[in-house]
Amino acid sequence: MRRVFGYIWGTVAVLVLWWALGAAVDSPALPTPDATIPVLIDNAASITPDFFTSFWRILASMLIGTALGAPIGLILGRSQRADRIIEPILYILYPIPKIVFLPVIFVFFGLGGEGKIVIISIAVLFQMVVSMRDAARSIPESAMMAVRSLGASRLQTFTNVVLPATLPALFTALRVTTGTAVAILFIAESMAGSTGLGYYIMHSWSLLEYTRMFAGIVAMAIMGVIIYEAFYLAERRLNKA
Amino acid sequence: MRELSFDNVFLVYRKDNNEVQALDGLSFSVESGASVAIIGPSGCGKSSLLKMACGLISPTSGSVFIDGAPIDKPRSETAFIPQDFGILPWKSVQANAELGLKMRHVARRERSQKAASVLGSLGLGEFARSYPSQLSGGMKQRLALARALTLDVDLLLMDEPLSALDSLLREQIQDMLLELWSEKGYAQIMVTHSIEEAVFLGERIVIMDSRPGKVIAQIDNSEMGSVSYRQSATFHDRCDEIRLLLMEKKPEKCALDASCQLEEGEGVA
Repeated sequence: MRRVFGYIWGTVAVLVLWWALGAAVDSPALPTPDATIPVLIDNAASITPDFFTSFWRILASMLIGTALGAPIGLILGRSQRADRIIEPILYILYPIPKIVFLPVIFVFFGLGGEGKIVIISIAVLFQMVVSMRDAARSIPESAMMAVRSLGASRLQTFTNVVLPATLPALFTALRVTTGTAVAILFIAESMAGSTGLGYYIMHSWSLLEYTRMFAGIVAMAIMGVIIYEAFYLAERRLNKA
Repeated sequence: MRELSFDNVFLVYRKDNNEVQALDGLSFSVESGASVAIIGPSGCGKSSLLKMACGLISPTSGSVFIDGAPIDKPRSETAFIPQDFGILPWKSVQANAELGLKMRHVARRERSQKAASVLGSLGLGEFARSYPSQLSGGMKQRLALARALTLDVDLLLMDEPLSALDSLLREQIQDMLLELWSEKGYAQIMVTHSIEEAVFLGERIVIMDSRPGKVIAQIDNSEMGSVSYRQSATFHDRCDEIRLLLMEKKPEKCALDASCQLEEGEGVA
């Protein structure tokens, strides 16, 4: 309930700040909430398909990036040998902004949804590898020893110690990556294709329909909050420590 | 278990290009139902010794046997309580207590009943659904014990189990450990830094020298076994005897030797 009130307070505060800024700037490029929200409601039918297209792309990317990146990170974190081989590659690739590979990805996967999902998945994957590797490294050795001393198999050690110990880091990485993923999605959708909220926002901008553009921005913000909150609720349910 | 024996055990830890000898030809044995306290300076390989007895690490040379068979993996009749108890914070008190049984694929109903019974006997029954973060230090210690006792072990290994507790609680848990050992009949080996604890709980006290660790004395303390022993003159005399022995042997080399700073367990045996 406290979190709900937090969201209500946050929404009101953002709306007031937005309104104050819009009123102060007094430019058609920065419409106030009272102008934008009715447009969002009027255009709900046209925004909804783009909303769900973007939503699906983010979900699929995060799922793929996590499914591939988290196990790699866990292996690197628990195997010094594997880490010694892979770490130098990570050093070089991790700092490169993955968005620079967008043109290459578009060449191989086309301008449709697949290319966008691939580029976001790559960004999520790297974040997951690094986060989960660090989390796996910091598992208390006493917990590992206690379970191994009870005769636990590798699988039992993984399910009883490694997985639950790294779960908080997984969800933190998911929440942190949500912002990056939405940003990459926006760039990818605005660069190529004719679907998704990124396209909707930039298309409205090119037509000088600023209130429509802002309606798209609000929709993207709502999408980000929904994903962030879903991860928060999943973490609360799964992580009981 | 009839006998656990360390036979001329050498242990070398390797980290990067450094080698640190942790144990140097260590030999001693623990008979069935015995209570042995191991005491010695930091870094003398006491914890490594327990890990070998548990089958978690292997000696670089020499052997550790139980009833003549070398220990090469954890055995189901041995329980190990690490220094910070090794309790899993993401599992409830009940689930932590059941853990050993779960690893042995005991049916859910049976392990639940057994864990509940042991938790109850250690005064943790009403906290079964709590999480370790909600427990005090003494309760965590009892939980670690509960996890070990659900297994019907014949050998209990404890690595400085009471070091994190305040002195009053420490004495209470010492009393409880003594009572459980007398009642259950398992052999126990306890590593400790406290001379009083070693004398109160060990019917034999093994004194180790600093790294590379070796046994410098084994003191018979068969007078122990009751709570009142703590107040006896023998108890205090024995404490003084051990204190003197440790002070005589207190190595200056450890203070000068940088390798003493390397934590045990950093390398691979």
